[in-house]
Amino acid sequence: MSATPTHRPRAQDSRDRGGPAQPLLMVENLTKHFPVRGGLLNRQVATVQAVDDISFSVQKGETLGIVGESGCGKSTTARLLMRLMEPDSGSIVFDGDQVGDRHGISVSEMRRQMQMVFQDSYTSLNPRMTMAESIAYAPRMHGLGRKDAYDRAESLLSRVGLTPHQYSRRYPHELSGGQRQRVNIARALALEPRLVILDEAVAALDKSVEAQVLNLLSDLKESLNLTYLFISHDLNVVEYMSDRVMVMYLGRVVEAGPVESIYRHPRHPYTRALFASKPTLDPDRRTTEMPLTGDPPNPINPPSGCRFRTRCAFAQPRCAETVPILTAPFEGDSDPAHVVACHIPAAQAVQHV
Amino acid sequence: MSDITLDFHPASKAEAPAAPAPGYWKSVGQRILRDKVTMAVTLVLIAILFITIGAPLVTHYDPYYGSVLGRLKPIGTVGHWLGTDETGRDLWTRLCYGGRLSLLAAILPVTISLIVGGFLGILAGYAGGFLGTIIMRTMDVFYAFPSILLAIAICGMLGNGLSNSIIALAVVFIPPMVRVSETVTAQARNLDFVEAARASGTTTLQVIRYHVLANVLGPIMVYATSLISVSIILSAGLSFLGLGVTPPQAEWGLMLNSLRQAIYVQPYVAALPGLMIFLTSMCFNLMSDGFRSAMDVRLNK
Amino acid sequence: MSNEPVLRVEGLTVRFTRRNTDVAAVNGVDFSLKAGETLTILGESGSGKSVSLKALMGLLPAYGKVSGKVWLNGQEILGLPAAALAKLRGGAVSMIFQEPMAALDPVYTIGEQIAETIVQHEGCDNRSAMKQALGLLEQVKIPSAERRLKNFPHEMSGGMRQRAMIALALACKPTVLLADEPTTALDVTVQIQILLLLRQLQEELGMAIVFVTHDVGAAAEISDRIAVMYAGRFVETGTTRQVMRNSLHPYTQGLLSSTVHGGMRGRALETIPGSPPNMAELPPGCAFAPRCRYVADACRQGDLPVVTTESGTMARCVRVQQLVAA
Repeated sequence: MSATPTHRPRAQDSRDRGGPAQPLLMVENLTKHFPVRGGLLNRQVATVQAVDDISFSVQKGETLGIVGESGCGKSTTARLLMRLMEPDSGSIVFDGDQVGDRHGISVSEMRRQMQMVFQDSYTSLNPRMTMAESIAYAPRMHGLGRKDAYDRAESLLSRVGLTPHQYSRRYPHELSGGQRQRVNIARALALEPRLVILDEAVAALDKSVEAQVLNLLSDLKESLNLTYLFISHDLNVVEYMSDRVMVMYLGRVVEAGPVESIYRHPRHPYTRALFASKPTLDPDRRTTEMPLTGDPPNPINPPSGCRFRTRCAFAQPRCAETVPILTAPFEGDSDPAHVVACHIPAAQAVQHV
Repeated sequence: MSDITLDFHPASKAEAPAAPAPGYWKSVGQRILRDKVTMAVTLVLIAILFITIGAPLVTHYDPYYGSVLGRLKPIGTVGHWLGTDETGRDLWTRLCYGGRLSLLAAILPVTISLIVGGFLGILAGYAGGFLGTIIMRTMDVFYAFPSILLAIAICGMLGNGLSNSIIALAVVFIPPMVRVSETVTAQARNLDFVEAARASGTTTLQVIRYHVLANVLGPIMVYATSLISVSIILSAGLSFLGLGVTPPQAEWGLMLNSLRQAIYVQPYVAALPGLMIFLTSMCFNLMSDGFRSAMDVRLNK
Repeated sequence: MSNEPVLRVEGLTVRFTRRNTDVAAVNGVDFSLKAGETLTILGESGSGKSVSLKALMGLLPAYGKVSGKVWLNGQEILGLPAAALAKLRGGAVSMIFQEPMAALDPVYTIGEQIAETIVQHEGCDNRSAMKQALGLLEQVKIPSAERRLKNFPHEMSGGMRQRAMIALALACKPTVLLADEPTTALDVTVQIQILLLLRQLQEELGMAIVFVTHDVGAAAEISDRIAVMYAGRFVETGTTRQVMRNSLHPYTQGLLSSTVHGGMRGRALETIPGSPPNMAELPPGCAFAPRCRYVADACRQGDLPVVTTESGTMARCVRVQQLVAA
């Protein structure tokens, strides 16, 4: 493949191998446990089960939202997908090719097609590099000539709304948070990826700037035929951006499905509590009851069986014994793509407001 | 690049920025120029470098020629403005020529340890894991000995002489250099922009060259500068003990040793080599302090 | 409860002068607060909202020059000597922060820290102070409070620490509680717990709360009145209902419409163009003018009109003045 792949409509994208029906990304049984060492001999005393046996797929052209609270494993998932960390087990298939497999594609090949935008716009830019250098870096390292790489950096800068002659020679500390995040987006696009992982990409921005960046992301997705994996703790932003949503709790997926279905009829008791915790934005309909008490438990040595059972009002003995698997609910009228990991039918009963 | 289809209609324009600021190294340079202490000690060091390297220009005496008649003249003697030593050699000449060996014996070990220790430290810090553990634990073994004792022991093993004292000091300085470079590299490795560079599918060497080195070499160089001041004292100490430079060569530590017997006759003359050691060491120390604060980005913001 | 305000602020101004730069962080803030009332100062980063709070507490560094007048329970407190101010802090007025780890001392247990504050301000003995500390932990609904008294801050979870800090702030029964983004660093499910707790404690204790946040959602949940801050000024103040439903100032409108919620799916978001202003070079007239869609010549010069509607909403805007006059 040449160092300068181009974005054309999906049907003509030379890199599209399996056609529109084949998921762009398929993740199966991805697991990452971190050992906690301690004591005199540095022995392993506990395990943080950061990501525990999760499977999902991302269709071409969609935005998959991953939502959850701190410690749920959403950021670890992003780093595992980018191979910034080695997974303990599990497979990642990118457009039909197993990543890191002899017959599939290499990690570096995958990284050309999959890029990531980090939360902290300041630390994710090299303080010693100008904006143009930061954006041009990856294309240059992949063999694009210096002049071409800088031309591309400038066109990307203007593509993300920053005038090249004003910004290309600036350093990170001279820009505002929103401007820096635009540069980070431009850098992620410099290799013309097909999938972009946005790991809390707007979380640190002010609301008025956040809206600008979200608009930019929607616009880029449309014009460059991108697929997004949108990771956030902000329920409103995830609902606005995503086509499908995956809810994570303590390293596992508890519920997944199309965004309307999940937000209108959340089925897992955790998802419902999460949505009920969202501020109402309406002074006449304030929240009066706590949907959940306490903090999310520590992912070190989590509860057996269903991990939410210690905070769940519906918990029964079997919740401690077997791990619930993601299954489509039984009622005929619901979306079969909407899956829940919960043993208790009563807990899943849709509460009509 | 020919068929790239990026359109030029940004979704929303961000506001115009303020006046452009200088680049990082340029702003570091500006801050050093503004720092009076650093500028002063740098000038002193340049002067010392000039009188040692250019010794024949500032004195016409032979550093090895002495006259028995003119032994231990006081400071201010006509013809010998800093007096003479115990064999009647001109002290100013000896100090100028002696600085050559003193500086060489001090700077060369630091340079060697910078190259070797810096390489090992960056490797250990970036690779981490098993390799990092092996390198760091090996260095810990060296830490078990006090540095001056280790240098004496190595010199004792290798025998005396300038090159052996340089090797001994280099071995002494490698462990702290490894430790400092390992720490700054391990910190830099976990910065988001290094992760972003790794995520862009570039090779490890490219990531180290463009992102890690630029951000760790500064602190490592600052540390090396501060090591020079220790190195001057240690190498002079080795010569003083007779383990470094051999007579009749001129070297500040050795001169201090041979003038030691004259301390009751000409105390000020006898103290002069010590003064040079002190002055040079302090200047390197202050200079490294100045560099460190000039390179601190946080002060810049 | 009397109708006298417990906290009254007039013309609060903060300037940071350092190395030739003069940053006008707060440019004339006025408000008053009755017992049992919550005022939210809503603003984005750099708007001066946290600086205002710190100025009230006398917590600004020496190069920050504070002027204006502040009355606490009828007593003027700005410019009081440091010792008198220290007595007020943690007494009649106390403060909670975004990061409890920074406000709690890591080498003392939670119980010791609360008891010490009580002893300092009330002069009672250690044993009864510890008893009161236990009561406070129960009041902020920390489960198994007796055991938690002996915990160090790092042994607690984020939400628990935030509760412990609230307990510490309540130790001397403050009449005014200043809250600086106390829910920002918390997860959604914990955030709502803290907001509910503050509301409940306020009902029980009748204290006044000044709540500083950038989060419209949290503001809607907790406040009686909202003051929207931009470039060191209140650009609009009114009851929560008025500000959320019928905001007058273009900045408030922009802020609310760029606050994302699911109902906006499929539509481009309305945004406020540009970035917040540089506080060292504020333009004359309205600081929002460069980003305002209704900007007129009158906005760029001289003092801004302060318009107060019949319903009691205040807005600092030329356009609002014209609308109200029409």
